[in-house]
Amino acid sequence: MKHIYLDYNATSPVRPEVLEAMLPFYREQFGNPSSVHWAGRQVGGALEKAREQVAAFINASPAEIVFVSCGSEGDNMAIKGSLGALKEKGNHIITTTVEHPAVLETCQALEKEGFDVTYLPVDKDGQLNLDDMEKAITEKTVLISVMWANNETGNIYPIEEIGAIARKYNIRFHTDAVQAVGKVPVDVQKAKVDLLVISGHKLGAPKGVGAIYVRRGTRMTPLLHGGHQERNRRAGTQNMAGIVGLGLACEMAGAEQESYYHRVRALRDKLEDGVVALVPDIKLNGTPNRDQRLPNTLNVSFAYIEGESLLLNLDMYGIAASSGSACTSGSLEPSHVMGAMCVEVTLAHSSTRFSLGPETVPAEIDKVLEVLPATVQRLRDMSPLYNCGRTSDNCETCQTIKRI
Amino acid sequence: MYTDKVMDHFTNPRNVGEIEDANGVGEVGNASCGDIMKIFLKVEDNIIKDVKFKTFGCGAAIATSSMVTEMAIGKTIEEALELSNQAVAEALDGLPAQKMHCSNLAADALHEAIKNYREQNG
Repeated sequence: MKHIYLDYNATSPVRPEVLEAMLPFYREQFGNPSSVHWAGRQVGGALEKAREQVAAFINASPAEIVFVSCGSEGDNMAIKGSLGALKEKGNHIITTTVEHPAVLETCQALEKEGFDVTYLPVDKDGQLNLDDMEKAITEKTVLISVMWANNETGNIYPIEEIGAIARKYNIRFHTDAVQAVGKVPVDVQKAKVDLLVISGHKLGAPKGVGAIYVRRGTRMTPLLHGGHQERNRRAGTQNMAGIVGLGLACEMAGAEQESYYHRVRALRDKLEDGVVALVPDIKLNGTPNRDQRLPNTLNVSFAYIEGESLLLNLDMYGIAASSGSACTSGSLEPSHVMGAMCVEVTLAHSSTRFSLGPETVPAEIDKVLEVLPATVQRLRDMSPLYNCGRTSDNCETCQTIKRI
Repeated sequence: MYTDKVMDHFTNPRNVGEIEDANGVGEVGNASCGDIMKIFLKVEDNIIKDVKFKTFGCGAAIATSSMVTEMAIGKTIEEALELSNQAVAEALDGLPAQKMHCSNLAADALHEAIKNYREQNG
């Protein structure tokens, strides 16, 4: 059976060119870049080249790039490192209810330590109201943290406008850009961000490497102590092979940005149009304005059925997607993003995300559109909520589903 | 994550549907945790002659529903009341730990249907 991978927002395969570029750093170029001898000197240049590649990709200076182990580390470092450095200035963070857990749970942990956090709500399409943000600012506010794009819905947030608000009030601005980089243009100067986080494995580099952009002059307390690496900003011997891979992946993503956007967007639109045309009783999650969504992401709920059982059925055809169902998160609650958008609970359990990538081809979208309608129908025929015979007057679930 | 037996019952669920002249119907679960199971019974002479189910839920919810119908058919009411969620999970060679408390409700649904049968039939 052919595998159809439509879960690029979860992770992506390492690009062959990236892997090739990495391999020498496991073999002959094994040196520690901190060493003064030949083995160390051999790799120092590659480390700085990768830094330049990442910097150029987001319009930063190489000195502003710090290599880390993953997106979650970058987000932890941005938030905890800022709050640590700005302790005298204030103790208030503004973030949103739809952030990745790397940001949300870091903020929740800080709340336990006595920091104040405002979690901005979103509307039913997952959009922020920037007036709310401005009203939430107090003289104690030291950090605004808003993701560039949402991993579940693909919604792109107005980062430039948020950056302008942060500048106006002289507040530090962090953005988790893990889902945005490579998919839409990311420019730290235009966006006026102070801290921006990138994860390697979302854009064709391996897992275990990421980067954080730290604007020049942004004081941070380190998350990891124990070494002078990365200009004292992040201790630990650099993951040379991973860093070289990340650098090349960024360079390639930058060069292909436009062609990627148009190709993937066309395929996503074809999938979205097809699902809307072929499957009744569905709800699109996220903004209906496709220009304000990542070009590769479609999140849709199929009324009357549950997400995990749909994923397992699609998996039997080799199709890999993901779901906001509680069953796939290991908790009893469905996705917090669906909750923040006030998506009705059975629809939240059925939310299904298809995220395409540079390797996605039209035939794969055709295959999904071929098997999806019958698969959904098979599960609906099994569901006590579907055609349940109760009228919408006495069945709360039917009422809610009818409203979509 | 799931055993072969779970996947077998999930992909080829037994006894899906409704019984039109059912004399016992039970429903358990709730939408907020993502599992709703409905069991239909046809009881004759104290023996479960037919069982069907409809389930909204994950792979484990569908597989346990299917398994409980197989286990209940032919049993007396008293025997069926002895069936536990644990026994259903064991018959499927086990369920992942996180599914044991949320999606393992099929025996409860069966017991609800039996309760409904007894209420209807004195």
